[in-house]
Amino acid sequence: MTLRNDIAITPDLVASHGLKPDEYQKILDLIGREPTYTELGIFSAMWNEHCSYKSSKKWLRTLPTKGPRVIQGPGENAGVVDIGDGQAVVFKMESHNHPSFIEPYQGAATGVGGILRDVFTMGARPVAAMNALRFGAPDHEKTRHLVSGVVAGVGGYGNSFGVPTVGGEVEFDARYNGNILVNAFAAGLADTDKIFYSKAEGVGLPVVYLGAKTGRDGVGGATMASAEFGDDIEEKRPTVQVGDPFTEKRLLEACLELMATGAVIAIQDMGAAGLTCSAVEMGAKGDLGIELDLDKVPVREERMTAYEMMLSESQERMLMVLHPEKEAEARAVFEKWELDFATVGKTTDDLRFRVLWQGEEVANLPIKELGDEAPEYDRPWTEPVIPAALDRSDVPQMDVAEALLALIGGHHCSSRRWVYEQYDTLIQGNSMQRPGGDAGVIRVEGAETKGLAFTSDVNPRYCEANPFEGGKQAVAEAWRNLTATGAEPLAATDNLNFGNPERPEIMGQFVKAVEGIGEACRVLEFPIVSGNVSLYNETNGRGILPTPTIGGVGLLPEWNRSVGIGFVAENQPILLIGGPAERGMHLGQSIYLRDLFDRRDGDAPHVDLAAEKKTGDFVRKLIRSGVVTACHDLSDGGLGVALAEMAITGGIGASVTDVEGNDPILTFFGEDQGRYLVTLNLDPQGEEIAALWKEAEALGIFAPWIGTTGSNALTLGAATSIPVATLTAAYENWFPSYMNG
Amino acid sequence: MKAAVIVFPGLNRDRDMIAALTKIGGSKPAIVWHQDADIPDADLIVIPGGFSYGDYLRCGAIAARSPIMDKLRERAAQGVKVLGVCNGFQILIEAGLLPGALMRNMSLKFVCREVKLEVVNADTDFTRGYAKGQIIRCPVAHHDGNYFADAETLKRIEGEGRVAFRYAEGTNPNGSINDIAGIFNENKNVLGLMPHPENLIEAAHGGEDGRALFAAALQQVA
Repeated sequence: MTLRNDIAITPDLVASHGLKPDEYQKILDLIGREPTYTELGIFSAMWNEHCSYKSSKKWLRTLPTKGPRVIQGPGENAGVVDIGDGQAVVFKMESHNHPSFIEPYQGAATGVGGILRDVFTMGARPVAAMNALRFGAPDHEKTRHLVSGVVAGVGGYGNSFGVPTVGGEVEFDARYNGNILVNAFAAGLADTDKIFYSKAEGVGLPVVYLGAKTGRDGVGGATMASAEFGDDIEEKRPTVQVGDPFTEKRLLEACLELMATGAVIAIQDMGAAGLTCSAVEMGAKGDLGIELDLDKVPVREERMTAYEMMLSESQERMLMVLHPEKEAEARAVFEKWELDFATVGKTTDDLRFRVLWQGEEVANLPIKELGDEAPEYDRPWTEPVIPAALDRSDVPQMDVAEALLALIGGHHCSSRRWVYEQYDTLIQGNSMQRPGGDAGVIRVEGAETKGLAFTSDVNPRYCEANPFEGGKQAVAEAWRNLTATGAEPLAATDNLNFGNPERPEIMGQFVKAVEGIGEACRVLEFPIVSGNVSLYNETNGRGILPTPTIGGVGLLPEWNRSVGIGFVAENQPILLIGGPAERGMHLGQSIYLRDLFDRRDGDAPHVDLAAEKKTGDFVRKLIRSGVVTACHDLSDGGLGVALAEMAITGGIGASVTDVEGNDPILTFFGEDQGRYLVTLNLDPQGEEIAALWKEAEALGIFAPWIGTTGSNALTLGAATSIPVATLTAAYENWFPSYMNG
Repeated sequence: MKAAVIVFPGLNRDRDMIAALTKIGGSKPAIVWHQDADIPDADLIVIPGGFSYGDYLRCGAIAARSPIMDKLRERAAQGVKVLGVCNGFQILIEAGLLPGALMRNMSLKFVCREVKLEVVNADTDFTRGYAKGQIIRCPVAHHDGNYFADAETLKRIEGEGRVAFRYAEGTNPNGSINDIAGIFNENKNVLGLMPHPENLIEAAHGGEDGRALFAAALQQVA
């Protein structure tokens, strides 16, 4: 076989494609000859960490991915979960970390664009988005610039596309100084019988290119995302793509219109490694070969080589296999939306991936092996060293009121309003709970009372100290946040952000975190249906905090029974449900220690999954019975911060009295898991609440009455009362004054 | 009572607007694609919000030069009610149907939050459901809502009762001159406003303050 090749293949060239010598040998063994330059590019695109999951696959297989409601688990563009009445929610979370650090606006914007495309590729109209953002220390020289650019980029794309952002996270830690994290989540709605997949079927059918034209942007992006950063990072800017939300919005409408015509057999969006990845995936899944004629590909730059076209990551593009008799109808839809429509190839029966350019063959590779034979590693890993638990006697003391004000007015616990007001949170008219609470809630169009809840969670401090417990905790917290709105947690997506997997201690973090995630998902019946792995988040050899972000989705049969976190009325009893009887005893790895005493010691709090499930099920039942007026789970900053957030959100104070005999620091700032605060519209001396306590006691759930809402101040035990207005000012002030500073 | 909604590529609150008109008017409005030859017979023609043509040029500038806008101009001249919300307001201004300009928000950032609006003129076909001086809640979501007009224009629209809504109680989100949130044309049959009353029309939205605007606009029988 003689293929056209214009560039000599040298060891340096192989290395610059991120392929190790043994990986290159594997290519030689597989094809029995030296690859062409284009083929080398294709292998590098398919076999890099980002696309092949070669370091993580072995461990991802251990995660629970099935459940009675799961229609599609990992392996497609997004996961699909049944929500009844013939409807499904389609969702996924994906990282765009490396590009966002290099070029924050476009990196974040195209991250949002990519995840939206994953969702509507499956036939679902996007209805909700979230973003989990992690930046370096606030005082690091780059942080403000990155926050400003990323937030503007997320908003710039999502607002124009027209999807409400309903939740997310923003966190600062010096460990992200050289590698920020931008994890974008999107969810869409589809009918269960109208889900579209990437598996091609039928020989000799047209492979059609749709959407925007191909340029040189993003060439090699996926390979870049599979390497550590060094000091040459600025040189990598050309590998970042440029987003065009206007085209994406038209692509959405055109795709949904086209799908309704019945013309689509298979569809795959062009994300990482663009044309290469999408074509190979459609063919390989359908046991078919694919032939592409690059001279037919719509381009927006002159003299593009086959290599550049195959590796371009230009955005807003799709590849489809269509019913040939419907081609004219399909073309008309795309012409209406003024998008490119070009037949660029066909399906074949020879299981080869063939690429023609200027009339000559520039690639001819076995299609199945390109995907399936990608290297897979069982990388060496070491058991993480878990720090000793914090000694009970080692509790640094501080005035409780002062500590609370410092935390609520600090970078970690303060309001994210500055961020989420730059996102359109109410477009589509279905946002029932907007950012600022435990989870975002939307109502489901076309259903009477059905709603969906969304949350994104992980505590990287815990994951660093104890990856196994941290993995469990991330899942449990997502499950808890959904429960706190009254939703039944359905399923989750995981976005696993770690450092260099070639270092055994980093691989150890990954292995144990995945083990923890798996265990929590199994016990909580909360399967992982989609996800993404981002490794090599290191700069000059220093890794990020292990950050396995969990995006959770829950179902509300009646959204009008959902509750928020704000106190709604005075004189309502506050119950602290769950946790150990001595409540608030775990200070290791807490925000109190880190932010007020600059200490990162102690073990992470452990999650008792059985108790978690029992407590959550009890709280959800209470909410659905209509007696709960507000509910908030306890997380960073413990009871004190949770109470402050409820008071600030509701504009009503509270007095918490039942704390005698405990160290107030542990009581108010301990971060023990599996706990909720609820307020009730019940008489605290009445029969109904007595029945509630009886039921809790029978279940072994601790649910003491700790205080009462009312007045315009928050009083924590014996501490000085703090006016709600003072709390609110501190809470709202940090972000805007930081960004203006 | 018939309503029509004009859709340009890149608009994204068309579905919100269609839902509001349908829920309040009782029937679905006609959907007019920007390439359609004409606008069907209607008593109220609406341009909803979004990012027509990506707003890559000045917001609304490209849509304003679309052939369908000539048809809209004819209808407006005949006295048909025309409502432009957010990008729709920007398009009406760019098309010369309303005076002034909408500049980038003073913060230079997109802003999505709830504001308070004062109903300045309640004596129009759009606003008769409110009382003059009434303060209503309404969400905003825009990047370019900073209304500006020169002194002479401003004096004229203020003097002729052509300010429909003003941001109230210190909630001006964008730096608009005189806190202007929405204005009428001379005949008061064309209204443009930045806020989104269509996103506050039912209990599920947390309020119904936007409802009276549509109820009034949809009330008159042709």
